[in-house]
Amino acid sequence: MADLSINFAGIKSPNPFWLASAPPTDKEYNVRRAFEAGWGGVVWKTLGLDPSVVNVNGPRYGAIYGADRRLLGLNNIELITDRPLETNLQEIKSVKRDYPDRAVVVSLMVPCEEWAWKQILPLVEETGADGVELNFGCPHGMSERGMGAAVGQVPEYIEMVTRWVKQNTRMPCIVKLTPNITDVRLPAEAAHRGGADAVSLINTINSITSVNLDLFAPEPTIDGKGAHGGYCGPAVKPIALNMVAEIGRNPETANLPISGIGGITTWRDAAEFIALGAGSVQVCTAAMTYGFKIVDEMISGLSQWMDEKGHESIDAITGRAIPNCSDWKHLNLNYVAKAKIDQDLCISCGRCFAACEDTSHQAISMSEDRTFEVIDEECVACNLCVNVCPIEDCITMEEMAAGTTDPRTGKVVEEEFADWTTHPNNPAAVAAE
Amino acid sequence: MTRGTRIDGIAAGRLEAEQYTQNFGDLYTPLDRHEAQVASDRCYFCYDAPCVTACPTTIDIPLFIRQIATDTPEAAAKTIFNQNILGGMCARVCPTEQLCEEACVREAAEGKPVQIGLLQRYATDTLMGRDTHPFTRAATTGKTVAVVGAGPAGLSAAHRLAMHGHDVTLYDARPKPGGLNEYGIAAYKTPEDFAQAEVDWLMKIGGITFKHDQKLGAEIALDSLADQHDAVFLAIGLSGVNALGAQGDTLENVTDAVRFIDALRQSDKSAVPVGRNVVVIGGGMTAVDAAVQSRLLGAENVSMVYRRDQSRMSASTKEQDHAAHEGVRLIFNAQPVAVHGSGAAQQVEFEYTVDGPGGLTGTGETFQLPADQVLVAIGQTLGAVSVDLDGRKIAVTGAGRTSRDGVWAGGDCAAGGDDLTVTAVAEGRDAAEDIHAYLSA
Ligand SMILES: Cc1cc2nc3c(=O)[nH]c(=O)nc-3n(C[C@H](O)[C@H](O)[C@H](O)COP(=O)(O)OP(=O)(O)OC[C@H]3O[C@@H](n4cnc5c(N)ncnc54)[C@H](O)[C@@H]3O)c2cc1C
Ligand SMILES: Cc1cc2nc3c(=O)[nH]c(=O)nc-3n(C[C@H](O)[C@H](O)[C@H](O)COP(=O)(O)O)c2cc1C
Ligand code: SF4
Repeated sequence: MADLSINFAGIKSPNPFWLASAPPTDKEYNVRRAFEAGWGGVVWKTLGLDPSVVNVNGPRYGAIYGADRRLLGLNNIELITDRPLETNLQEIKSVKRDYPDRAVVVSLMVPCEEWAWKQILPLVEETGADGVELNFGCPHGMSERGMGAAVGQVPEYIEMVTRWVKQNTRMPCIVKLTPNITDVRLPAEAAHRGGADAVSLINTINSITSVNLDLFAPEPTIDGKGAHGGYCGPAVKPIALNMVAEIGRNPETANLPISGIGGITTWRDAAEFIALGAGSVQVCTAAMTYGFKIVDEMISGLSQWMDEKGHESIDAITGRAIPNCSDWKHLNLNYVAKAKIDQDLCISCGRCFAACEDTSHQAISMSEDRTFEVIDEECVACNLCVNVCPIEDCITMEEMAAGTTDPRTGKVVEEEFADWTTHPNNPAAVAAE
Repeated sequence: MTRGTRIDGIAAGRLEAEQYTQNFGDLYTPLDRHEAQVASDRCYFCYDAPCVTACPTTIDIPLFIRQIATDTPEAAAKTIFNQNILGGMCARVCPTEQLCEEACVREAAEGKPVQIGLLQRYATDTLMGRDTHPFTRAATTGKTVAVVGAGPAGLSAAHRLAMHGHDVTLYDARPKPGGLNEYGIAAYKTPEDFAQAEVDWLMKIGGITFKHDQKLGAEIALDSLADQHDAVFLAIGLSGVNALGAQGDTLENVTDAVRFIDALRQSDKSAVPVGRNVVVIGGGMTAVDAAVQSRLLGAENVSMVYRRDQSRMSASTKEQDHAAHEGVRLIFNAQPVAVHGSGAAQQVEFEYTVDGPGGLTGTGETFQLPADQVLVAIGQTLGAVSVDLDGRKIAVTGAGRTSRDGVWAGGDCAAGGDDLTVTAVAEGRDAAEDIHAYLSA
């Protein structure tokens, strides 16, 4: 049996599945039930200084759906915890005492002044929590008050606050990053410089999920008005994966532990984050959509996959895909593939034809009897037909062997690697040595 | 040459060889991976899901369907087998339309439940196809348990007990294990010898010794079993049948339907004699199976006659529709008066009935159905056993404890619960856990 336990920046947990700082971790009642359900750890809902914030009393969430009303994206305008600090601290202490083997990390957001951090850190330390996470990510409400994403968007502030935290506590410090920036490497580097033990990402993305066309107001609508919220759920996973990979690939932050967050719903999502460098993963929307029980599938699926592939520990797979994350200019231009349609699997819907004929390279033919075939002379292997086909594996990309002739270009497929840096069309090309 | 459906009397080989193969092949086509993905996608992962409550073995259905959706059907199978070691058979024989699928919230929403039974089959077939056994035995405890009856209840108990490290001797009166899985369930629900394949797979847990042709009350006795073992589990099903009790019921070709199906399950179908005109008496699953399989053997006319109203039939609407689809004529509110014939059956005389507050009464109006074969399916009965009864079954309290200390009972032979494969599995499992607790105390 694969070993799912982790030691993430000094924080131990029996599996890499943590609940992200959000409503699922807002109180003792939830966290106890989450631990009973099998979650390896939690990042407690972000604490702030008293007096506690207040939340709106109307709808906080908006949603985007896929077919069959499957929730794909969630948008929220909730703030940090709206309960008194002392209540949260007592509850954290009580939970940690009863679940010593689980990770209890406390998320914090206080004003950007050292006294505030000095004030709250000893209180958290006193609970016996395993670490702190600095919420530099919340993109709504709190950022209007100079906290959350307002800090996370300024690398200098990140570095400064992280340093204060490191100077004022022995607890491991995770810096939670906002995706609402242009280059995620800069805030990650800043956290690293400030002495962060790890980063976690992503927090939510600025969003308006929909507009009420009767009220002409964004949703969720409060008394006729709406404010932008933070987007999360399966829809944000690709954005989060890329940001995690960017930090993992960056030599400056290469060894900085990452807690991957954003749209994780199944074991496979988690495995992908881990492959791109995450040492733990955090889940919010999936738990909010399906309940705590989903962790069963995450645990069983990850274990099964690791057993099947002979991966013995989370450490052994963390970052395994990083060496294969490349830049466009280093992709092999001598790699040639063609789409291939499996006629036995094809149900003749014609979606590949519509996509290719109308918007790509006119490389699929359609016969009177609705047989769809790839025209190798035209196919550039763009993958669009594969992506729009409703049947998995019906259309596949087949690599052309070196030595064969690509009927589209009339050129022989070469064995040697050749990328843009050496391509004759590249004005800046350097001759291959 | 085949004999055809229009030969009078009882005859074997009425159909072409291919027709038998086709008729007795899988009733439902199993899902392939794509179909399973599409079907699993429909599950809402309900909280405290009603389907789980409706399953007598309480399988965590939303979890296993999610595991299929994330392409780990092996993990899904483990979720199933944790609760129900005969999850493979149950996926084939459970009347899901009265159990999990009836409770599915999508049945309420769209009248189309998630295909739980077929998904369960997809998962269990995948893992069983791997030919490995997903459970390992605990260290042996040195305790021995006698399990009498190798049907679903006995097998389920034996597996659970063996898993907990006890040594199990599994006795059965018949030559093969499986109980009604082997000798009763309709052939088209469990083709390709699935019942034996499943038993072989289940036995891989180790620690179970099967002893065939050992009948309680003949070769073996409860007293000596109780002396020789630390506990006894009785899972002997219902080996007797109710007699028709109508004039002429001893004529030739008036047969008990369970025996008819038993013979059919054990034979090459082309060698099974069937009438041109078959009359099945009864309204349950056995009656439906006898009637449908008579048609599939090539009987020209098959009627299934039930004495009460259609709504009182224990066979589900789906089963009834299946019978009708196979060309069985369903007749309700008619009770048998007499079987007529000289030597062998020729007709059955029925009287129409009304089911009123005072019970079932005949209307006096009668009719006759031609019959060269009469199959009686009006209920089964418990064989002799020396523990206290509750009505016509073994009295049990808690997880199958009988009146005798150290002796448990479950499945069809025990009082309470529906007479279904899945219920037998649940009772076997629960009794095993109770026995384990008793032996560990
Ligand atoms: C024709 C028919 C069709 C059915 N179809 C379905 C269906 O589609 N779906 C469904 O869920 N249920 C169905 N059932 C019901 C289901 O088969 C039973 O509920 C289930 O098999 C009960 O399991 P069991 O282990 O209690 O008993 P059984 O399966 O009856 O097993 C009892 C075992 O004990 C053995 N035995 C009996 N007496 C003795 C003795 N004195 N000594 C030693 N061994 C003994 C028998 O040989 C047998 O192997 C059907 C039943 C019949 C008769
Ligand atoms: C309602 C809601 C409230 C949230 N509150 C916080 C918070 O207080 N602190 C924080 O760091 N992140 C908060 N988040 C962000 C989540 O922790 C997480 O980073 C984000 O939802 C992405 O993960 P997901 O796609 O799994 O939901 C919140 C998210 C939601 C939906
Ligand atoms: S989930 Fe529904 S019922 Fe619960 S607090 Fe929100 S709006 Fe109210």
